[in-house]
Amino acid sequence: MKPEVITGSEILLRSLLLEGVECVFGYPGGAVLYIYDALYGFKDFHHLLTRHEQGAIHAADGYARASGKVGVCIATSGPGATNLVTGIATAYMDSVPLVVITGNVHQSLIGTDAFQEADITGITMPITKHSYLVRDVKDLPRIIHEAFHIANSGRKGPVLIDIPKDVSAATTLFEPAKVMNLRGYNPTVAPNRLQLDKVAAAIQEASQPVILAGGGVVYSGGHEELLQFAETTEIPVTTTLLGLGGFPSGNRLWMGMPGMHGTYTANNAIQQSDLLICIGARFDDRVTGKLDGFAPKAKIVHIDIDPAEIGKNVHTDIPVVGDVKTVLEQLNKLIKRADKADAWRDQIQQWKAEKPFKYKDSNDSLKPQWVIEMLNETTHGEAIVTTDVGQHQMWTAQYYKFNQPRSWITSGGLGTMGFGFPSAIGAQMAHPDRLVISINGDGGMQMCSQELAICAINKIPVKIVVINNQVLGMVRQWQELIYENRYSHIDLSGSPDFVKLAEAYGVKGLRATNKEDAQAVWREALETPGPVLVEFVVDKQENVYPMVTQGSTIDQMLMGDCE
Amino acid sequence: MTTKHAIAILVNDQPGVLQRVSGLFGRRGFNIESITVGQSEEQGLSRMVIVTEGDDQTLEQIEKQLYKLIDVIKVVNLSSKPMVSRELALIKVKAEQAERPEIKSLADTFRAAVVDIGTRNMMIQVVGDTEKVDALLELLKPYGIQELSRTGVTAMTRGNAL
Ligand SMILES: Cc1ncc(C[n+]2csc(CCOP(=O)(O)OP(=O)(O)O)c2C)c(N)n1
Repeated sequence: MKPEVITGSEILLRSLLLEGVECVFGYPGGAVLYIYDALYGFKDFHHLLTRHEQGAIHAADGYARASGKVGVCIATSGPGATNLVTGIATAYMDSVPLVVITGNVHQSLIGTDAFQEADITGITMPITKHSYLVRDVKDLPRIIHEAFHIANSGRKGPVLIDIPKDVSAATTLFEPAKVMNLRGYNPTVAPNRLQLDKVAAAIQEASQPVILAGGGVVYSGGHEELLQFAETTEIPVTTTLLGLGGFPSGNRLWMGMPGMHGTYTANNAIQQSDLLICIGARFDDRVTGKLDGFAPKAKIVHIDIDPAEIGKNVHTDIPVVGDVKTVLEQLNKLIKRADKADAWRDQIQQWKAEKPFKYKDSNDSLKPQWVIEMLNETTHGEAIVTTDVGQHQMWTAQYYKFNQPRSWITSGGLGTMGFGFPSAIGAQMAHPDRLVISINGDGGMQMCSQELAICAINKIPVKIVVINNQVLGMVRQWQELIYENRYSHIDLSGSPDFVKLAEAYGVKGLRATNKEDAQAVWREALETPGPVLVEFVVDKQENVYPMVTQGSTIDQMLMGDCE
Repeated sequence: MTTKHAIAILVNDQPGVLQRVSGLFGRRGFNIESITVGQSEEQGLSRMVIVTEGDDQTLEQIEKQLYKLIDVIKVVNLSSKPMVSRELALIKVKAEQAERPEIKSLADTFRAAVVDIGTRNMMIQVVGDTEKVDALLELLKPYGIQELSRTGVTAMTRGNAL
């Protein structure tokens, strides 16, 4: 590329191309008008105009989670930028690589409470991995290059670049940034060998070992190494919510998910383990339950790229800092079968057989669990599934069987309602040829439903499922079990007719209220090219079981229908 | 056991870096007893010294969380090493004619300087570790302290300790 004098806006677009960006989600406004002007007629990457900035950032997030690449979104200053906040926090909590570009007012106006001014770098400081306020157009190539590097290396996360209007308008000689000088940023990738030896030795000692694997396995691309690690040691595996798909659910060593709505087997196994090997997971309270009393007998190994996670919540006996894939590659050369654990393996199989997830099926009404099982069977577990937040999310985690990484996309850390549907749009942009299903509650569907327009206009063939129980189901469950049936403000009557809503946007809408119809409309949805919304009207009384209530250790489960 | 620690943080001299560091302390529930920032030996880098209180585990988390900030280059827990720590205080103390020699001799004992004299007060400048400043303040209190401004601690390890 020949050096050329161009505007900051053009530098931005060219730099994005150099970073390999194929798809950007955005929404224009005054402060990014120069950037959108440069985008006029621009064909080298796709720009999707969402209907809300929240839709744009969740879509960028879904794109990143499905592809492993950096998700990119653009918003204007002030209200545009603040509309991104929930999405930035969502990505931060789940370590998703994003580069978020916001416009800001002219530098001479910054700090004057100018029209549409917001201190977005200040607002987002606690929820970004790093952020930049660009002060000079000459810095732009370097900043963009650094931002992509920071977002997608080490512990991944969102990076914000705030570009004042005068910077996007200013011109300079464009020279792509090549070198990077980030003295304060050197993630440890390769682990310490002595620590690995300790892990290998601990495995030989253990009679009740457990592997607890999280999102770090998926993000590092270390799923094959994990499989090899588990198969060699024959240690049973539990995967956290974000770790689903990081280990094949059909594998005999898999115990399901742990924690608040985890399996009887996984929770008991953790509590009784004498060696807990935590890989790329961060001991979230939804996993650990009451911390005091978590895995009381276990020696704890913690493998993580982020040293700050080690010892943050749970005392660690053998810390290993490094990239999960690299650590497991090296560890796999040192380990042998855990020979002392045979009785333990039998115990695990017995628990699995005795206490699987269970629900009381019905022929009169649709049970949400049954719907998820049907989706799983008809797609052979091969779709990319995104969910929103609530009961349907937990049922999908429980009843859909994930066998591949990056096929399960959900907001784990922040638990963001409104995430499910737009993230599916992003996932579909990353994988145009795969089947993408977005599973939502009737509550959360109404938080970003405006993006139906994007699906219709761009023919994005997401299959949108609404599990309609007519209430804020997860809240209803807590109110039933913990607040003595005081059902305060959970009734969603007044919701739109979802079929008509879809049709209003030009998306096909279908509805089922019984099993027969459910199978038929779902078949029709799968056979219909393009986006389809399918509403399953389900039993409103259903609860997610097992459940560990707050303040209990994870082996104190309410078993409900799983009894 | 909860003890006081002085932590030196070498940071990129960027706008907003103080906000990043202090924001991190606030957000994660770490306490800041004093914070000082200024130039370091290297152009483009500043050194912050933060005095905080916490047990070993908290301190470890503080260090690790600080390292997550891209603008943080080096974190040193000074308190775990031989170090020199200093702060400066300006103390405006009530001083009637008759009391002045007394106050002056107090200041002398602490190798503090009288840097200003008003009609009814004096300004004392003291430099030293926190205990010394505290001690002088204690002695001046009975005269009536009208205004006090302390800088917070800055510190450095001794000799070749790093
Ligand atoms: C933005 C946001 N607001 C509120 C909540 C709290 N919340 C968690 S689950 C839930 C109910 C979700 O209801 P619905 O979308 O109908 O799904 P269901 O639980 O019925 O499957 C609520 C309100 C949240 N997670 N996110």
